[in-house]
Amino acid sequence: MSSREAILSRIRKARGVAAEPTGAEQARIEAHLRARPISTRPSLEWNPLERFREQCVRMSSTVDGVATMSEVPAAVARYLSSAKLPMQAVAWPGIAALDWSASGVAVEGRPAGGDDLVGITGVHLAIAETGTLMFLSSPTTYAATSLLPETHIAVVPVGVIVPAMEEAWDRTRRETGDLPRAVNFVSGPSRTADIEGQLQIGAHGPFRVHVIVVGA
Amino acid sequence: MISQHTDSTGTYASVHFKSRAHDKLNDAKVQRAMRNFNLAAARSRAVAEVDNFEDLRTAAAAIRDRSLADLDVWLERFEREATRRGTKVHWAETHDDINRIVIEIAKAASVRKVIKSKSMVSEESHLNAALEGAGMQVVETDLGEYIIQLAGETPSHIIAPAIHKTRDDVADLFHEHHKTPRKQSISELTMEARKFLREHFLSADMGISGSNFLIAETGSTFIVTNEGNGRMTTTMPRVHVAITGIEKVVPTLEDVSALMRVLARSATGQSISNYISVNTGPKQPGDADGPEEMHVIIVDAGRSQLIGSDMQEALRCIRCGACMNHCPVYQNIGGHAYGWVYPGPIGSVLTPNYIGLQNALDLPNAATLCNQCGVVCPVRIPLPDLMRKLREKQVDRGLRPKSERFALKMWAWAAARPGIYSLFTRIAARVGKSMGGSGGLIHKLPGGGAGWTQDRDMPAPGGKTFRELYANRPSKGGGGR
Ligand code: SF4
Repeated sequence: MSSREAILSRIRKARGVAAEPTGAEQARIEAHLRARPISTRPSLEWNPLERFREQCVRMSSTVDGVATMSEVPAAVARYLSSAKLPMQAVAWPGIAALDWSASGVAVEGRPAGGDDLVGITGVHLAIAETGTLMFLSSPTTYAATSLLPETHIAVVPVGVIVPAMEEAWDRTRRETGDLPRAVNFVSGPSRTADIEGQLQIGAHGPFRVHVIVVGA
Repeated sequence: MISQHTDSTGTYASVHFKSRAHDKLNDAKVQRAMRNFNLAAARSRAVAEVDNFEDLRTAAAAIRDRSLADLDVWLERFEREATRRGTKVHWAETHDDINRIVIEIAKAASVRKVIKSKSMVSEESHLNAALEGAGMQVVETDLGEYIIQLAGETPSHIIAPAIHKTRDDVADLFHEHHKTPRKQSISELTMEARKFLREHFLSADMGISGSNFLIAETGSTFIVTNEGNGRMTTTMPRVHVAITGIEKVVPTLEDVSALMRVLARSATGQSISNYISVNTGPKQPGDADGPEEMHVIIVDAGRSQLIGSDMQEALRCIRCGACMNHCPVYQNIGGHAYGWVYPGPIGSVLTPNYIGLQNALDLPNAATLCNQCGVVCPVRIPLPDLMRKLREKQVDRGLRPKSERFALKMWAWAAARPGIYSLFTRIAARVGKSMGGSGGLIHKLPGGGAGWTQDRDMPAPGGKTFRELYANRPSKGGGGR
């Protein structure tokens, strides 16, 4: 007997059921997979945009807002210069395609390497309840851009803000079918409290997460 | 087998709980390090922020029970979906199987360097030693795990593995191993670890992680970290291996969303952890990053025995650490005294079940019966109840004196009556004595019972902790609520 069969049959024996799953058991799990009920949640009675901004700050991100995508380069320049960061970044191709010429920021549309200091991304969706950014992997949405650089700037169109994680899954299923290889949720900069329980920002991921909300 | 958990005669360290606990109590450094431990307070604040945390706990327990009720069917569904997406699913019956499978995968992919995100199951199997024995370099990347790896020790807490170390200990370790000038501050030490570990992330061939959950609906792993090392481990190396227990399967993405709400609040007092990686299969055509191979190892190693038994509820555990953060015994002696992978109340239940009752005689007795663990557990595992049942089993098998049986009966009677129970536990705490023969241990706690109340979360009636009651108290003069 393979380990697989041994483990599965041990579980079935322990459950006190027949050797093979019955139609009733299959029907029970199929029904749950079809219904995908949303469990009890805390009250979500807030304005999603306000909640999102507030929770981003709560998770130690910083937040700015602009009216249109064309204002993003100037907002990035403002942030980088006020934080005394290099005016140089790598970005997802869609972001790199904006008109950066007047901004003073040199932006390259390529995946981040270990030495890049600033990474600019869009997001797939954003979650109001927890101030969370959601990323899907694809040929043009490099995972490393929001992970390796010390500073991560995320551009969040107001239309992608959903109330909670359940709505994010529902919308993702409808828009993309199968999940992509990687779905990453990021809520603020990287942190650790592993030495004497004291909070430190910037363990392995970015030290700074700056969110620019567009269209508010 | 000689390992960090057994001695040269193959005796488990968990057998020596009483003497290890005594040593720890006399170890002023552990005592000092443990004082920095304020996760209980963080949890209380996070719990008070939602209007219905008790309902969220009930819902989370129900989700875990649903998984366990049809466990094999959910596992098969997970396997089918994961396989469809190109993940190779492996099944490990024993700890030795885990190590054998990982080494086979590593050899087939010509792996020389392995980075690890935290995996408690791999601590069970002593995977690092096995990989090193097979000629590979292994680097832990969770900062706490990295520190104890350098020190040649085992974790003392499931989410804060190096909580027993002081900054001076860490400074000495880094100075010795990194051959850099000795750093003074925690921030300098964290930065130094970031720099050294970054090199490893970028040069490793294989990443090994745990998986907090397996999603049956999509065949995905679900990895939660605050440092970002889980993301690194699943993004940078060309091979990713996730190792997790059979009990970790969860039906849907909606279900795991609900568990996340209670997990982060219970673990670190956050509304969500900083990073969650949901990975489904290897890199797809055209992707800029991601591993070329993805493997999931589903581990039994004692777990299936709990199914259908009076211990099944222990399999709901989502490894948040809240039970140990609220345990007066754990808080005073630290995690190493427990002698195996899982310390605190959940360790006292899992260790005898996974490695044998006779190898963990004192563990189910390592409790004051104050029920703080039961009150905080986000999936409502009745930990004191399970410990009592294990003690009864020990008596029944002649592993403990019969005189303890009466004490256990008394306790069960009191536990069913909240008023009496609460009075009893408060008295027990003050006198520094637990019923049932383990009083000797509790007597040795420094400062007696009264000292605990200073900065620990002591029991209060009505299923709330003292801190919760305090946080929710009606405000003075403001008319209350
Ligand atoms: S037993 Fe409960 S409180 Fe303890 S680690 Fe598991 S889930 Fe958390």
